[in-house]
Amino acid sequence: MTALGLAPVFAAVIRRDLTLALRRRSDVLTTFFFFVIVVSLFPLGVGTQSSMLRSIAPGVVWVAALLASMLALVRLFASDFDDGTLEQLALSPQPLVLLVVAKVFAHWLVSGLPLVLVAPLLGLQFDLPAGALGIMMLTLLVGTPCLSLIGAIGAALTLGVRGAGGLLALLVLPLYVPVLIFGAGAVSAAVAGMPVSGHLSVLGACLLIALVLGPWASAAAVRIAIE
Amino acid sequence: MRLNVWKYASPPAFYRLAGNLAPWFLGLAAALAATGLYIGFFVAPTDFQQGESYRIIFIHVPAAWMSMFIYAVMAFWCAMGVVLNTRLSFMMALALAPTGAMFTFIALWSGALWGKPTWGTWWVWDARLTSELILLFLYIGFLSLHAAIDDTRRADRAAALLALVGVINVPIIYFSVKWWSTLHQGASVSLTRAPTMAATMLVGMLIMSLAAWMYAIGVSLLRARTIMLERESDAEWVRELSAERR
Amino acid sequence: MLEALGLECVRGQRRLFRGITFGLAAGQMLWVLGPNGSGKTTLLRLLCGLLRPESGHVRWKGEDVRGSPDSLHADLLYLGHAPAVKDDLSSRENLCFGLAQTGIGVTPREADAVLGEFGLAGREMVPIRALSQGQKRRAALSRLALGAAKALWILDEPFTALDAQAVQLVQAHLARQLSRGGCVVFTSHHEVELAGHAVTRLQLAQ
Repeated sequence: MTALGLAPVFAAVIRRDLTLALRRRSDVLTTFFFFVIVVSLFPLGVGTQSSMLRSIAPGVVWVAALLASMLALVRLFASDFDDGTLEQLALSPQPLVLLVVAKVFAHWLVSGLPLVLVAPLLGLQFDLPAGALGIMMLTLLVGTPCLSLIGAIGAALTLGVRGAGGLLALLVLPLYVPVLIFGAGAVSAAVAGMPVSGHLSVLGACLLIALVLGPWASAAAVRIAIE
Repeated sequence: MRLNVWKYASPPAFYRLAGNLAPWFLGLAAALAATGLYIGFFVAPTDFQQGESYRIIFIHVPAAWMSMFIYAVMAFWCAMGVVLNTRLSFMMALALAPTGAMFTFIALWSGALWGKPTWGTWWVWDARLTSELILLFLYIGFLSLHAAIDDTRRADRAAALLALVGVINVPIIYFSVKWWSTLHQGASVSLTRAPTMAATMLVGMLIMSLAAWMYAIGVSLLRARTIMLERESDAEWVRELSAERR
Repeated sequence: MLEALGLECVRGQRRLFRGITFGLAAGQMLWVLGPNGSGKTTLLRLLCGLLRPESGHVRWKGEDVRGSPDSLHADLLYLGHAPAVKDDLSSRENLCFGLAQTGIGVTPREADAVLGEFGLAGREMVPIRALSQGQKRRAALSRLALGAAKALWILDEPFTALDAQAVQLVQAHLARQLSRGGCVVFTSHHEVELAGHAVTRLQLAQ
């Protein structure tokens, strides 16, 4: 037996959540396929004219990422809350804020990162040029962690509440608006051949703010939920 | 004699005070509204560019200002509740929310009514209207979260946390929407660019804003009283009160 | 080491209890009694720092728990109503992770030894969902065998759904904890007797 400091506990939380996600692969894949299907539905709904597809692609991919991210959020704390492991996490001598970061990171690896990787393929369906595809990946890479961090607050607030899924959407989507605007905006700018550094820096700033304030608010919400 | 403000943190004392003050605020609100509307619809001159239809600004702008102001006050009471752990603070926040949502709704409707004769569309995706729409979602989220949680204390604190997260986000959302709308709309279609203000127009808007403010205070005090009765229904003072009424 | 001063708790609209005061020195055991709904679980969660009391203080080693919960958590082992095990993980994985959270690292071999002691030999790698209710509870309780570093044990109904042999095992671990100078606070519907250790009772009236 040994005494464990912060780093091993942090790693243990990530490892546990990843193990659980891999054993419940269907949950993870559902989110992924939801994203793919939603994006693919749009051309069926709006027509296949190239120039129009190119102009709506950034928004479509981003909104689909938002929705998929939200679907996945319900899983973040709910099962731990139900079987009592969440309160054990809150009783850890390590700060709950950091353990929440670990959980959100593991969650993002499993639900956010796959979206980042598949987005370029979907972008091809919309006839986006290669440069824009790269920017799309980059914005999603910076933006999806933001979505997970902000969404975690909503997931914690709605633990054990009736109609949690719908309520979570109502609470969290308004907070997603800045990330959506700058993420999709960057890709649109790339398609039009305009500079994207402004959008990307704001997106980066959003990530920093989300990283600093999000876990703190989520930890507070978890404590309120387990009272 | 020092005024002991803290004694009003106790529900029965606050209940009495609120009951006494509310009619005054509402009366004042009615008087101010009458004055403001008179100025807005009869005294203020016809606008050079927009004709008579601009007069809706006397309802739209005060409503928009109030919707944002009330959210800030609501967040303040939530913060007080979290820091001081007083029941009354949470009740005040909960009492303010429906009024704030109402003003947001009025701002949206009046914005639409302004947009139609002026630009031919019922909805304009400008910064203020879009931010108002998101603000409406924030209010509804607050009320829905509170309603969905059965335990009152947990509901209060969860909704308070949401309101505080929201208040930090509102400026961020506003600026990002503003930036987005300048990109997509261009400067021509903008409700924020009101007609150049004649002095009477400004006075009219300020009076209407004051009226809205008085109304918000009066109505929230009444609503807080109702919430208090519901929550403290087991307490001595409530039972005495209902015995008095019989 | 553990002190409670004038604890009052309100849940929903009801006041569950008021004026609860006690002190627990090293090597002492507190049995919280009371009918269902009298607030036993709430009191235990209050002592852990999961809830805040309406009024009153909890002190661990002289420090108020509200101000610095981390020092309490470093010394605390809490087993609540819920078994706090993940269905998809094996008992070994649950045990290792459950202890890691509280700051105790164990090797798989140490974990297996303990699980064997709790009657789960040969089933250490089986996911919890495939175990029976009794086995699940024993897997959850196995943390007690490796909780020597934790000075305060707070256990909510540890003896529920256990057979006589398992009850003896748990009592043996409790006795060991007390002999080491640790404290135990627990609730139970069964009479508990440990040779050589007196049990202080706290009755929560309705």
